[in-house]
Amino acid sequence: MMAKTLFDKVWDAHVVDTIKNGPQILYIDKHLIHEVTSPQAFNELKERGIPIAHPEKTIATADHNTPTKDQHLPIKDALSRNQLEQLTKNCKEHNITLYNLGHKYNGIVHVIAPELGITQPGITMVCGDSHTSTHGAFGAIAFGIGTSQVAQVFASQCLLVQKPKSLRVNVNGKLKKGVLPKDVILYIISKLGTNSGTGYFCEYAGNVFEEMSMEGRMTVCNMSIEMGARGGMIAPDETTFQYIKGREFAPEGVELEQKIAYWKTLKTDEEAVFDKEFSFDAEDIAPMLTYGTNPGMGIKINETIPIESNESFEQSLAYMNFQKGKKLINTPINFVFIGSCTNSRIEDFRIAANYVKGKQKAPNVNAWLVPGSQQVVKQIKQEGLQVIFEEAGFELREPGCSACLAMNEDKIPEGEYCISTSNRNFEGRQGQGARTILASPLVAVAAAIEGKIVDITKPF
Amino acid sequence: MEKFIKLSDTAIPLAIENIDTDQIIPARFLKATDKKGFGENVFRDWRFYKDGSVNKEFILNNKNYKGSILIAGNNFGCGSSREHAAWALAGYGFKVIISSFFADIFKENALNNGILPIEINIKILELLLQKIENNPTTKLSVNLEEQELNTPFGNIEFEINSYKKLCLLNGYDDIDFLVSKKKEIEAFEVSYKK
Ligand code: SF4
Repeated sequence: MMAKTLFDKVWDAHVVDTIKNGPQILYIDKHLIHEVTSPQAFNELKERGIPIAHPEKTIATADHNTPTKDQHLPIKDALSRNQLEQLTKNCKEHNITLYNLGHKYNGIVHVIAPELGITQPGITMVCGDSHTSTHGAFGAIAFGIGTSQVAQVFASQCLLVQKPKSLRVNVNGKLKKGVLPKDVILYIISKLGTNSGTGYFCEYAGNVFEEMSMEGRMTVCNMSIEMGARGGMIAPDETTFQYIKGREFAPEGVELEQKIAYWKTLKTDEEAVFDKEFSFDAEDIAPMLTYGTNPGMGIKINETIPIESNESFEQSLAYMNFQKGKKLINTPINFVFIGSCTNSRIEDFRIAANYVKGKQKAPNVNAWLVPGSQQVVKQIKQEGLQVIFEEAGFELREPGCSACLAMNEDKIPEGEYCISTSNRNFEGRQGQGARTILASPLVAVAAAIEGKIVDITKPF
Repeated sequence: MEKFIKLSDTAIPLAIENIDTDQIIPARFLKATDKKGFGENVFRDWRFYKDGSVNKEFILNNKNYKGSILIAGNNFGCGSSREHAAWALAGYGFKVIISSFFADIFKENALNNGILPIEINIKILELLLQKIENNPTTKLSVNLEEQELNTPFGNIEFEINSYKKLCLLNGYDDIDFLVSKKKEIEAFEVSYKK
């Protein structure tokens, strides 16, 4: 038998049919939807008179467009309110489970599915959102789709897709102190660029990923799309099984044992060959910052901005108002955002709280702490982290995508720098004219305390 | 979906690299629940200043350049999966987009909305951008059947998945196809229990 990669094993198990010289029909186990990319898909089906094939395999949440303050009050923005009303109506009409605003399971789609045990190894999962890649942390094939494809899954529980090529990124060695999973992925993207993964599905391998928590693995897989890859995967192991056990929709008892036995087979065979492969040394990774307007424009925290001369590069620096050859350390910062499906899980808030404890937020800084879900909010309170944040002058908000894409009122003002734990630093992503610097929760929270970018690798 | 067979038109050269879907259609315009009206806001923050006044420097606001073909710099459509980007481009009237590289999800979204993405060699792309900047009346022709793009530099063959080509030529889409496969899918569901 031909040696297979983890990706091959899961993919091949879901192929319904292969069209000659064309795509394959891939069966989808779980479909996640949210208010922004689903309404047109529901309309499409209605117009064609097609029923939803498997409403029970679809889970809905409201996250992209929701306020992060006063969620119990009616939404002020009429268009946002309409979008949520549509979602509610559509889910009701089609019998789809919806974790609506205020529900105890509500939150960012990529935070709630793993935390409810919906995300499991070996499954195929899609959502009308590019960061669906997050779920690959469990050894699932998970990728983002457009709205037409959302309609395809509604109609058939399948997608027509071309099998992507395979890519493996290995990171081995010992990470330095203060280097978080976010730094690992920002480092990888800064080395490989934003389109090295286009057309590929990526597997992350090596002891660095094996030693990561599930939260950390999710942060890494989340940003696979930022190097162009449709998704990223990490082979499931004991850490994965322990995380899933006991969650709301996780299998139990004998069923769980059978599943685990199967999950254990989901590893890349030793002889399997990847179309592309890269290896990095963990010791070379440092806390990272981005200086430009795409996630590949990253440097180590104490490095200088590279000296390059091409139009795009210069436009990007002009937008950011940064200079070639200069360091970012000591750049004054007025906005800090800890949130998004990249870094809004309990572990991220533990790291932040641990650093904040006994310190005070700089008076000039507006710091938004936006947990990924109601369950994370609950944990933050239970573990006493909220008190630590409040004593330090931080405001804890209600869950949602918030300033990650600035669709609701959480926008960074024009010209301001924001250190953000999210995943995209495109022009205007966090508000028109806003300047985003991507970083780990640790680098972000340190900037909130000092009011400027500080080198967390040095005592100061 | 509308059929796409042949097209001959002038083109708009947008010589910017790494255009992401946040630039094509900023998130604040994603609040609609239908597919209409996005064309008005395509490249919104490049076309208009924050106070709503027109940015005359931007190519789409230059009356010399017209056409249903958009030529864009390398790596077009990266970022978010929002199909609103394809709706916005289609709504504005683009039928063909030429670049040297497209992001995966965008390419799929474009094809699902009757827009043909054509990938060409980066060197030729640069020549083409320059040629059209200097000479806006230059016409390009696309023949999908033959997979040919006719330019002042000669005929360029382009790649397209044969299934997607068939869909575009006939104006039918994946939903029709998948629904027609209902039996096979049900058989698969029985054989595969999870
Ligand atoms: S947090 Fe940001 S990246 Fe994640 S799903 Fe929401 S908008 Fe997308």
